Amino acid sequence: MSDFVFFLEICLAGLGSGALLALTALAFVLIYKATRVINLAVGEILMMGGYFFFTVAAGMSLSAWIAIPVAVAGGMAIGAVVERGVIRPMLGEDPISVFMVTVGLGSVLVGIVELVWGTDPRTLPDFMGTAPVFIGEAYVSRKIAISFAIAAVVIALFLTLFRFWRGGVALRATATDQAAAYSCGINVPGVFSLAWIISCGTAAGAGVLLGSIGGISPTMGAFGLSALVVVIVGGLDSVAGALIAGLFIGLLEALTGTYLGGEYKLVFTFGLLIMMLMIRPYGLFGTKEIERL
Amino acid sequence: MRIATANETYRADEALLQTNVQWAWIGVLVVAMVAAPFMLNNYWLYLACLVAINVASATGLNILTGYTGLVSLGQGAFMAVGAYTVAWLETHIGTPFILNLVAAGGTAALVGILVGLPSLRVKGLYLAIATIGASIILQFIFLNWDGVTGGSRGMNVAPASIFGVQLTTYFQLYWVLTPIAALMVLGAANLFRTRVGRAFIAIRDRDISAEVLGIPLLRYKLLSFAISSFYAGIAGGLWAYFFRSVGPESFTIGESIFYLAAVIVGGMGSILGAIIGATFMTLVPEVLRFGVEAISPYVDNAGTLLSPVRTVVFGALIILFLVFEPQGLAEIVQRIRRFFHLWPFRN
Amino acid sequence: MTNMEKPARLDVEGLSLSFGGLKAISDVSFSVEPGSITALIGPNGAGKTSMFNCISGFYKPQQGAIRCDGKDVSRLHPPQRAKMGFARTFQNIALFRGMTVLDNIKLGRHAHMKTNLLQALTYFGPAAREEVELRAEVERDIIDFLEINHIRHMPVGALSYGLQKRVELARALAMKPRILLLDEPVAGMNREETEDMARFILDVKEEWGTTILMVEHDMGMVMDISDHVVVLNFGQVIASGLPHEVQQDPQVVAAYLGSGDPAALMKRLAGEAGMA
Repeated sequence: MSDFVFFLEICLAGLGSGALLALTALAFVLIYKATRVINLAVGEILMMGGYFFFTVAAGMSLSAWIAIPVAVAGGMAIGAVVERGVIRPMLGEDPISVFMVTVGLGSVLVGIVELVWGTDPRTLPDFMGTAPVFIGEAYVSRKIAISFAIAAVVIALFLTLFRFWRGGVALRATATDQAAAYSCGINVPGVFSLAWIISCGTAAGAGVLLGSIGGISPTMGAFGLSALVVVIVGGLDSVAGALIAGLFIGLLEALTGTYLGGEYKLVFTFGLLIMMLMIRPYGLFGTKEIERL
Repeated sequence: MRIATANETYRADEALLQTNVQWAWIGVLVVAMVAAPFMLNNYWLYLACLVAINVASATGLNILTGYTGLVSLGQGAFMAVGAYTVAWLETHIGTPFILNLVAAGGTAALVGILVGLPSLRVKGLYLAIATIGASIILQFIFLNWDGVTGGSRGMNVAPASIFGVQLTTYFQLYWVLTPIAALMVLGAANLFRTRVGRAFIAIRDRDISAEVLGIPLLRYKLLSFAISSFYAGIAGGLWAYFFRSVGPESFTIGESIFYLAAVIVGGMGSILGAIIGATFMTLVPEVLRFGVEAISPYVDNAGTLLSPVRTVVFGALIILFLVFEPQGLAEIVQRIRRFFHLWPFRN
Repeated sequence: MTNMEKPARLDVEGLSLSFGGLKAISDVSFSVEPGSITALIGPNGAGKTSMFNCISGFYKPQQGAIRCDGKDVSRLHPPQRAKMGFARTFQNIALFRGMTVLDNIKLGRHAHMKTNLLQALTYFGPAAREEVELRAEVERDIIDFLEINHIRHMPVGALSYGLQKRVELARALAMKPRILLLDEPVAGMNREETEDMARFILDVKEEWGTTILMVEHDMGMVMDISDHVVVLNFGQVIASGLPHEVQQDPQVVAAYLGSGDPAALMKRLAGEAGMA
């Protein structure tokens, strides 16, 4: 096998995990756009999605086609409960305080997973098949290919909804100017709930895909941190930014992981984060905040 | 009922402790702390030492996060820098205890300034994320810089020795750890009586106005990072002498969350808050341990529940305090104080 | 008065500031005489606060110079200007809510204090001395002067709007001002509070001799206490001179009140001025 084909395979695998990163990044963007809050627990909600799927598909031996909707719905339920229970009462508080609340939330979710499912890593029952996919000569794992396709479809769906659906328009209006949106009759608290619910559902879905590729464990929430880098690089309020930065960082991690060693993956990702914060803190496509005296 | 303080000089009015009641409380505390090692068994002495270390570190984080308003999830990593510095100096050079501690603080302060550099461009949430990134990079260095850190094996630390006495028992360590922690708390309290501390609070409350009023923002933000990580470095150094080994698992991002939780639960921007918070958070797992021991006859493997329950409780405490009591336990203490000031009258 | 500083002369020369394509200030020049009260007036959006932000260093103008006693300061950072004696208050009160009145005032002195980190941590010798001296001076020259003794230990958040404005003035006075920039010192105040504030500003001028530049919408007060008035409109100076001269300038009247019968409007303006 030629070096080039090998390189190509690495790139394809990188794009595959990049699509998952982009999907997870979308969960950050959605909440940030609507509420100006960074939800650091996205990674842990993604993990919950993986465990919900595991419980239904492996624990109850039900079909994946039941388990997937259950996992997504579970994520949505967490989103709804968290938003109503702890985020809504903090409305109008410093976003930093809300950020720290989500740090606490992440800790709670990890603890719950360890309590209920234990600390050992687990594999999810296969539902995508294992026959490899070839693009030209290059081999791609079937799971990665399918995950890429699903992530692409979901992201496309989101972009469409943002533009044309009433709820999407309300969300964009709220993002632009909360008070103005409110006085136009948009149910702003409703939009907040909606953003949390959709975002957490998305994260949980991404968790099922991620878990079926690499298994699930109480530490898989760390994937959320890589996705956080994606949103910083792409711009916290930019869907397109999340998409492009997601693919880019997926590629970067795959290449550094292969050619330098797995331990270098995170260093490069977070080195990029610090560099980005120094050079262009609002990301490639983000909106610069204007400071007033 | 107390009406007001009647100080006759500005010096008295600027003092840390204003009333006789406050002096009396401090007296009681000092007596208790001196008597404690003779009354407590070894296990409780172990906890007392741990409280001292955590108070020192939480006080440092409070300067940065509580007073300057810069949220950091890097306190654990800064402690690790201090702990590794002590371990390396003990192993390779054998310099004296106090010098090692100062070096631990100094190294951590330098790293802290580096980590704070993004505040050149960003603040708020972005800066908090930068500290997460920095801790992950530091974690990588601890794990892979084999020659210095011992890689995944970590390092063993020789016992601290002071005036020729080796500190090996908790009883001995207590007499060194508590005074150091007390001095560090006193330093922090002093800081906020002067222009340096006022500048930090001004940056937290309104950074841009503070600049126009004469405070160089970047210099003071970096200074706050430096002091905070200096405290963390010393606490980490003490930690190394206390546990006598350091490894990459010693200080994870979970540790950083622990100290953030201590500051939030105790009360951000309150000296008393960091003390109460760190003590409370150190003792919570012990309470949980009692709980787990109580149910162990009825539940299989109850011991394995301890760690996850601890994780859940820490997270829940962060959430509950931020939502319901954002001023923390220190505010509850103040409320009780006010109640007794007005007693027997009520408003 | 021990901390009386030599009043500064301020010259703004050909200053231009734009945000993207939007010109906020274009080629503005004016001078503030040492020890005088100069009022900067003009309709909303005329560029008054932008002007203030340029002078205190928060905005970087694209062109022109700001001179303090002839020395160009337009390249200096805000803290450096503060140290030179540029002190200011803010349009929408910028007190530090986590501090008491006293600490807010003391903060104003920051740039002139010397305590370093080590002294601060130990509160030993020089640090304690500097703090106690500052306290005594603040009490004597500022707190007594502005009649805020009763609130010195209160958190600023608990104060009424008028008192908060007064504490802001106190903080600016603690900055050892050589030129005091007051951004709408009486905005939103009732008649009584306005009169108090006007009296304090006049007292500062007379007892401290400080140069004062203020932005204000209350024409009555502007006409009463200022020595010199500069009128901005759409980022340009349209008139300047003594209060009564400016008051009768038809361009000014038109800018303020739109077109209409200038004579009648001027009478109204004069009437308002007479009331105060």
